[in-house]
Amino acid sequence: MAPLDDFTLAHFLLTGAVLFVLGMIGFLTRRNLIVMFLCTEMMFQGVAVSLAAFSRFYLHVTGQTFIIFVLTIAAAEAALALGLVVLLFRRKRTLDADAWSSMSG
Amino acid sequence: MTAVHFIPWFPALAAVLCGICCTKKSWRPLAAPISIASIAIAFLLSLIVAGSDYGAGTQVHSFNWINIGDFSANFSYFIDSLTIVMLFVVTGIGTLVAIYGSGYMKGDRGYARFFAAVSLFIFAMTTLVLADNLVLLFLGWEGVGVCSYLLIGYYYEKPSAVAAAKKAFIVNRIGDVGFATGIFLIWMTFGTVNLSEVVAQARAIGDQEGAVTTAHLWIPFLLMLGAFGKSAQIPLYVWLPDAMEGPTPVSALIHAATMVTAGVYIIARNIALFELSPYALPTVATIGGATALFAALIALCQYDLKRVFAYSTVSQLGYMFLGVGALSTVGGVYHLFTHAFFKALLFLTAGSVMHALAGQLDLRRISGLRTKMPVTAALMLVGCLALAGVPPLAGFFSKDMILAEALDKGLNEGRLIYTVLAIVGLVTALLTAYYTFRLWFRVFMGPTYYEMGDEHHHEEDAAHHGHGHGHDHGHGHAHEPHEMPWLMNGPLVVLAFGSVFAGAFGGWIERMIGNSTAAVAAHHYKIHTHDVMVLISSGVAILGIAIAAYYHWLRRPAADQVAATMPGLVRTLANKFYVDELYDRLVVRPLHMLGEIFFALDALIIDGLVMLVGKLPGLAGRLIQPAQTGRLQGYGLGMAAGAAALGVILLLLL
Repeated sequence: MAPLDDFTLAHFLLTGAVLFVLGMIGFLTRRNLIVMFLCTEMMFQGVAVSLAAFSRFYLHVTGQTFIIFVLTIAAAEAALALGLVVLLFRRKRTLDADAWSSMSG
Repeated sequence: MTAVHFIPWFPALAAVLCGICCTKKSWRPLAAPISIASIAIAFLLSLIVAGSDYGAGTQVHSFNWINIGDFSANFSYFIDSLTIVMLFVVTGIGTLVAIYGSGYMKGDRGYARFFAAVSLFIFAMTTLVLADNLVLLFLGWEGVGVCSYLLIGYYYEKPSAVAAAKKAFIVNRIGDVGFATGIFLIWMTFGTVNLSEVVAQARAIGDQEGAVTTAHLWIPFLLMLGAFGKSAQIPLYVWLPDAMEGPTPVSALIHAATMVTAGVYIIARNIALFELSPYALPTVATIGGATALFAALIALCQYDLKRVFAYSTVSQLGYMFLGVGALSTVGGVYHLFTHAFFKALLFLTAGSVMHALAGQLDLRRISGLRTKMPVTAALMLVGCLALAGVPPLAGFFSKDMILAEALDKGLNEGRLIYTVLAIVGLVTALLTAYYTFRLWFRVFMGPTYYEMGDEHHHEEDAAHHGHGHGHDHGHGHAHEPHEMPWLMNGPLVVLAFGSVFAGAFGGWIERMIGNSTAAVAAHHYKIHTHDVMVLISSGVAILGIAIAAYYHWLRRPAADQVAATMPGLVRTLANKFYVDELYDRLVVRPLHMLGEIFFALDALIIDGLVMLVGKLPGLAGRLIQPAQTGRLQGYGLGMAAGAAALGVILLLLL
């Protein structure tokens, strides 16, 4: 197992990208509203990893500051989104996102 | 001199107060005393101003109005003797008519509205005659037009009254286009709109050889157009007869004595401008003479009491234009002065007849009222004698002066047109005497019979009219016509005195005009026709009256026989030479068609373009609409694809 110092920026960025893309694939393929929501959270974390990596390698605090903002907003958004999901569930007794496809333009 | 500031503003204040009186039923009767008091105060102030020393003309600055760069038009007043004469006519006749109106309009629903408009009219008219610059004059000019419109359309529930009001307003617009353009041109040419400066410059230019430019030649013709519109001359006279739809006091004040003389006033005031063009004054005189004859011919065959007087007003205004056109501003203003008295008297007595007979105005349905209304009969007789030009009443002297001056100019200067116009004037005088007395003999002489009209005068309610006013407006059912109360006959007596004695003011008018901007260079002619004209014109007047007496008092069937021998002529005259029909064909209908075309173009092209802009986003939306599937994943994919595409583009570009 390589020491931590052997990791380069690319590794971290790759990890972030993998997280982001996994989240995206999950968002695009799953129908369950809660799972879709969790996937978006995963995409957030992918970006957050990239920011932390940049911050560490360029010795600049802006990236980490930004992560704190992202996390705060994600928390607030989670509260809101889960509330919405509960409301939507009460209406249709299902968590299937396609149940709401009648809201088309 | 400070008194002059308040002359227009007392009536303006009264207009506001009367407007407030409109809001509450119990306040309505207050409007008449307020209005009468304000106009009477204006008259007294005019007397004070007349007594002050204004020299050959004094300018009094009231307050600033428009000052832009070199251009300035302020609320400043110009007082010279012509202003004084006009102020006397406007406020003097105005007071008398308002007093008469307070009785005539009693019980009407629009009582306060009527006096508000009358007060506003006096404000506008005094502003018009007092203005020291053409822009302020134009304010008054349009102001009297608005009041005229409001008062013609006073009975706004009557479609004919509304149509007449609109007609008056629109026909006046045609003249006002000329007048306004004239003011622009004066500003461009003289660099000022101040009346006395314009007149002074015009005199200087007139004295200088070759200083007259094309602009100078155009100005009088443009001003003339405005004057012809306001003073109801050919070709714009058609609105005045229809204006009789308004209440009779309005016909007397606005459409006979004051507003319609504004055209004569501006020509007299700016006579120096008119003298610049060799064709301007002959044109004025010709139009005036032609209108005088034309309107008198129409008046011959009218059966509507007020319409006869309306055409007579048009005809008499024609005399005034003939007067100023013959360079006799004294004659023109003199006739304006005397005419104001006797024509107001005639209209108001006609109003009394109409009042007594519940709106009946048809000469064929009225006869022999002398026993029923002796005072009115006597008063109207005085007015008729003055209008017919019987010496020594007022109308005789002023008409005589105009005709004699025209003939003098024609004979001494060898200008045929003036000689012809003087003869036309004499023929008109004969016709005038005839139609005036045709009316009087028919209404007051002969066997007594009458049919009541059907006018209700818009009573407030049935309970009110019984005791609210002593005399009756009539309700369609028969009752006796009777004499008017002294509240109404009182002002008429004053006017009758004026009609008899105003002729004595000839020397005064001559001095007044000679001292104003309307003064014209004195001329000494070899041939002097005044003495002969006195005899001829009084003979003509008496001949006219005699013919009228024969046909309309002594031998009425004979009149019908004579009429039957020339049915075509009678029909043409009764239909007013079909001028209204002609205008309808030539002007109204083509304009209407043009309007229809523009409406169609507007609907198709202008509206079409606007609607297209509105519809485009909708169309675009409908094209892209299928993308909105309602599936969250679809939107997500779209976003991801879009972001990816942007990423690729960035990569390729950088």
